[in-house]
Order: sequence, then structure tokens, then C-alpha cells
Amino acid sequence: MGDVAEPIIRFAGVEKFFGSFQVLKNISLDVSLGERVVICGPSGSGKSTLIRCINGLEQHQGGTLSVEGVTHEDGRKGLDEIRSRVGMVFQQFNLFPHLTVIENLMLGPTRARKLPKEEARELALRYLERVRIPEQADKYPRQLSGGQQQRVAIARSLCMEPKIMLFDEPTSALDPEMINEVLDVMVELAESGMTMICVTHEMGFARRVADKMVFMDHGEIVEVADPETFFNTPKSQRCQDFLQQILQH
Amino acid sequence: MFRVALCLLLMTLVSGCSDKWGWYVVNPTTTSGAVNLNFLISGLYYTILLSVTAIVISVVVGLLVALPGLSSKRPLRMFSRTYVEVVRAVPILVLILWVYYGLPQLSGLTITVFWAGVIALALSDSAFEAEIFRAGIQSIAKGQYEAAHSISLSYADTMRFVILPQAIRRILPALGNQLVYMLKMSSLVSVIGMQELTRKANELVVSEYRPLEIYTILVLEYLVLILIVSAGVRWLERRMQSDERN
Ligand SMILES: Nc1ncnc2c1ncn2[C@@H]1O[C@H](COP(=O)(O)OP(=O)(O)OP(=O)(O)O)[C@@H](O)[C@H]1O
Ligand SMILES: [Mg+2]
Repeated sequence: MGDVAEPIIRFAGVEKFFGSFQVLKNISLDVSLGERVVICGPSGSGKSTLIRCINGLEQHQGGTLSVEGVTHEDGRKGLDEIRSRVGMVFQQFNLFPHLTVIENLMLGPTRARKLPKEEARELALRYLERVRIPEQADKYPRQLSGGQQQRVAIARSLCMEPKIMLFDEPTSALDPEMINEVLDVMVELAESGMTMICVTHEMGFARRVADKMVFMDHGEIVEVADPETFFNTPKSQRCQDFLQQILQH
Repeated sequence: MFRVALCLLLMTLVSGCSDKWGWYVVNPTTTSGAVNLNFLISGLYYTILLSVTAIVISVVVGLLVALPGLSSKRPLRMFSRTYVEVVRAVPILVLILWVYYGLPQLSGLTITVFWAGVIALALSDSAFEAEIFRAGIQSIAKGQYEAAHSISLSYADTMRFVILPQAIRRILPALGNQLVYMLKMSSLVSVIGMQELTRKANELVVSEYRPLEIYTILVLEYLVLILIVSAGVRWLERRMQSDERN
């Protein structure tokens, strides 16, 4: 394939403030096409904020952030361009409760991608199949279990055919017995070559799919390493402490 | 339904036990009584037409005022705030008089009684509708906007397909209340000569000198109308909720 060195996402010295509180400090990170990045770190360290900057849910103040060469400084059109390439899955699913599953999936394709209804429906059914709940198409979100809802949310994002998928603690609102059904879908997605950035504390998942582990603390990226090195020989003390805590139970 | 029955019962009770009443003016078995009764009831047409037209306009205007009020841009919020505060401060009756007698002088256009009434009622109500919409839209979780953002919906589509359908379900009872309020306030348009329920009753009182009976009928007319509307709103509410829940 093409130039391996060309990153699909590039953070260069990104700074972000909420008022006078600095949430992101001099963040630099490259993600290349097809790469799977897992971000972890203590609560409040800025993980969500970091990935929310990518699709413009948050605006950063300093440095530059580009997605396939498009930056947020390119104005509205730039942001729309970026949004169309980046899908996102939230901790709380954020399905549209007044729409059925299939309507949730078809809304983006029909309105934003301007696909004809029939085509959008086929697309939606295809992705429902892929997350293994085709039989739930006509139900409302509240009639589904948490695990099923999250899989619908993943399918909804995939219907936009994004190049990059962001996951913000997709399993932390789920009952333990439902975590695996969601992780399985994510593993499959990773194996299909999707570029993924996942904020998660599911270290089993991380070991299995991550190409790159990122550890954050207090708004900084403290450590970046391949999973092998990351889990076996973490360099910083903060990272060691964190891993110890999280792997204990 | 039992409330309607109760009212009818009450009416016969009241009418039966006193010689102060002279129901003959609206006795449907006599020719003149039937004519009078028809005359009174015919006011329903304009009361309903006026209120419904006004509420439709005021809901649209209210929404258009509410949306900038939710913007992150200060001037837009100021516009919304000012509109609501100013319009809410003017009494409806004053607004009706101003629109009917004042506005034509200002604009040079003549205006019918009906449209003067509609404009005044809609204008006055729109401030309340704006507040209702604002509260309803604000009650929708931030995650809904974020999900819409992440599937590339435009602002207009986000509002139309994601936020408003949910907000409207929540504010439906409040919108129903506004319709009831509007039906009642439309009686004020009688002062500029609109031939609605109240005006008809006033005119009949002038010719028949039976205010007690005629105004009692008027009270009942409003009562029945509003009970029916309330029942309709509740039915709609239930239907939309079951839509969501199944
Ligand atoms: N809208 C906001 N306004 C002000 N402060 C905020 C806002 N959003 C987040 N913060 C603060 O920024 C910091 C980082 O938040 P962020 O949500 O990115 O952390 P996180 O690493 O995702 O934490 P968690 O694991 O709890 O999700 C926290 O201290 C948080 O309180
Ligand atoms: Mg978070």
C-alpha cells in the first residue's frame, strides 16, 4: 500500500482548556491507517476529551490536530469533512429513543449521505447482521438489553462507513455478562482493518487487538508503547501503579 | 365524560329550583328559543377557527424564538430573551386593541377583525410557547446532540429528526394547556366585534335582557369545548407515549 509514514490522525502539541483548567497538555500522537490504539488512564485524565477533539465534539485551543490532512482550522467545511470520516461510540450508547433500531441506523445514511431509503435500509440490515441482531430491527432501543443497544450504536456508526472509529468506554455502562458480546463485535471490526481508537479498561481486549497502547494521566500522554512492552515492562511509575490497580481484579 | 354529565345534572338542578330563571329565551322547543340557541352556538365557529389559527401561528413563532435562545451566540440569546420579556409584559386585551386600532394607522394596511384577533392572540401566546419549547429542548440529554453530530447530521436535521420529536412529546401537556388558554382568551376578541361565542352572547343579552340564562349557556359552551379539547390532548399524549414504549 501507500506511504506508511503518513498518519491518518495527527496530534501535534494539542492543548485544551476548560476555562482556566488545562485538560490536555501538549498532546502529540500519530495514528496511521488501520492502526488500533487503546487509551487508558485514571479517571479525569482527559481520555474522553482527547478523542472528542478528533471529531470536533470538543475544540482544542493550542497546537494542531489533523484527520487525513484536514484540520479543524479549515472551518465548517473541514469539520463536516472530518465528521463524515469518523464514527463514534459512547459509553451511554446515545441511541435515539423515539426511533426504532432500523430507523436509528437509517437516519444518518438518508439525511447526511443522501442515500435513497431502500439502499439505506439494505445497508442498515447488513450492519445489523454484522453486529448479530438482525431480528431486533423493528424494536425500540428501550426494549433491548444494554449489550444489544451498544451493538446497535456500533452499527449506527458503521452505517456512515467511516474510516476511523472512536470508542469511549463502550463497555463500562454494561452489566458484566454483556461486555463480551460488545467486545466480540469490536474485535471483529479490528480484524477487518478498521482504524480504531478505544478508550477502555478492558485489558484483555487491549492485549488482543491493540497495536499501540497510550497511557494518560493529568492531561498528558505519559507512555506510548506496543502492548507487549506496555504490559510487561511499563517505564513510568504512574503507569506501573495504574496497571497494578486495574489488573488486580 | 362523567364530568360532562355532572354539569348537565347541575344545570337542570339549578334551573328547576328557582323562579329567577327564565329558560324560555333558549328553549329549543319554541321557535324564538331555537333561533336564539342557534345564534349562540354559531359563535363556536369563530371561537375555534380563531384559536386554532392563532395557536398554529404561535407554536411556529414560539419555536423560531426559542431556537436562537438556545444558541451559544449572545446576541441571538438576547434577541430571544427580549422578545419573550416584552411580549409577555403586554396584556392580551391591550394587544388586541393596539393591533386592531393602532397597527393599521402605523402600516397603512386595513386589517380584518379576524386577523387582528389572530395576530394579537398568536403574538401574545408565542412568548409562552417559546418558553415551553426552550424548557423542552433543554431537557433533552447532551448525548443526543453528540450522537447526531457523530453521524454527520446538520443542525436542521438534528433538530427535526432527533431533538424536536423527543421535546414535543415532553411538552405536549403544556402545549395542550396553551390551547385551552387560547380558547378562553379568544373571548377577549369580542371587544373589537369578532362574532365568536362571547360576542354572540353579549348581543343576545342586549336584545333579550336575560343575562343569567344567556351567560350560563355561554359558560357551558366554553366548559364543554374545553373538556373535549382536554380529553383530546390526553388521548394524544397517551398515544405518543405508547409509541415510544410499546
Ligand atoms: N465540559 C467540561 N467543563 C469543564 N471541565 C470538564 C468538562 N469536561 C470534562 N472536564 C474535566 O476535564 C477533565 C478530563 O475529563 P475527561 O472526561 O476527558 O476525563 P476521562 O479521562 O475521560 O475520565 P473518565 O475515565 O472519568 O471518563 C476532568 O477533570 C473533568 O472534570
Ligand atoms: Mg471519559
